[in-house]
Amino acid sequence: MSSLKKCFNIRSRDFIHAGEASITVQQLLKQMCIDPALIRRVAICGYEGEMNVVMHGGDGLYCVEINSDRIVLEISDQGPGIPDIPKAMEKGFSTASDEHREMGFGAGMGLPNMDKNADEMFIESVPGSRTRVRMSFFMEK
Amino acid sequence: MKLSMLVEILEALFLCGEDLSDIEIDKAGASDLMSDILAALSERSVLLTGLTTIQAVKTAVISGVTAIVFVRNKKPEPDVVALAEMHGIPLLSTPCSMFVSCGRLFDAGLTGLKGIR
Repeated sequence: MSSLKKCFNIRSRDFIHAGEASITVQQLLKQMCIDPALIRRVAICGYEGEMNVVMHGGDGLYCVEINSDRIVLEISDQGPGIPDIPKAMEKGFSTASDEHREMGFGAGMGLPNMDKNADEMFIESVPGSRTRVRMSFFMEK
Repeated sequence: MKLSMLVEILEALFLCGEDLSDIEIDKAGASDLMSDILAALSERSVLLTGLTTIQAVKTAVISGVTAIVFVRNKKPEPDVVALAEMHGIPLLSTPCSMFVSCGRLFDAGLTGLKGIR
């Protein structure tokens, strides 16, 4: 399989279109006959990441790279960054607003769900500036 | 059980997807928190929720939920129904509360999301 890379813009506070990148990639992976369990993990991580950008970040980018041995998701935004990453990784910790909670978000499970579903996850954040989350998913041999 | 049976048990109405009333449901989960749904729900499961936003349907698509039941007679806006229709996810609305809906489905034999009763 040759490598395939696609990127999608994510707009801050655009709750109407939030999730479209993840659903598009989910459909693409289905067409490529990727293992459904793997597709589910990629979709969940992508969606949680997209929602994090829409709720907390500035505008951002969702990129997926599909290789023969792995799928790599990279979700980045233009701030405001995460001051305490270990704290943000704790189940239940949330900085969501009441508005986010009314829409069913802000359970403090976004990053923990991503960590649970990705085979590898790396977060880089500069408070006041940007955040980048990179997740890898390995194809079954 | 077939989705048509679930409709009967919950005295529910189809908002879309009536043509899929023969699909099988084994499990049920109830939540208004999208991350809970993403963490737990999967194929052959029904989501009971009071949340009628477009994100409820997107969350169902991502997690592979088979159908959504809106409790307490709640009904989403037409664009939410259209999105569910596009992704082949039946939407139902029941007059029952979340508690009563869960009780009736448990009594009828559905399991929780990990097969536990």
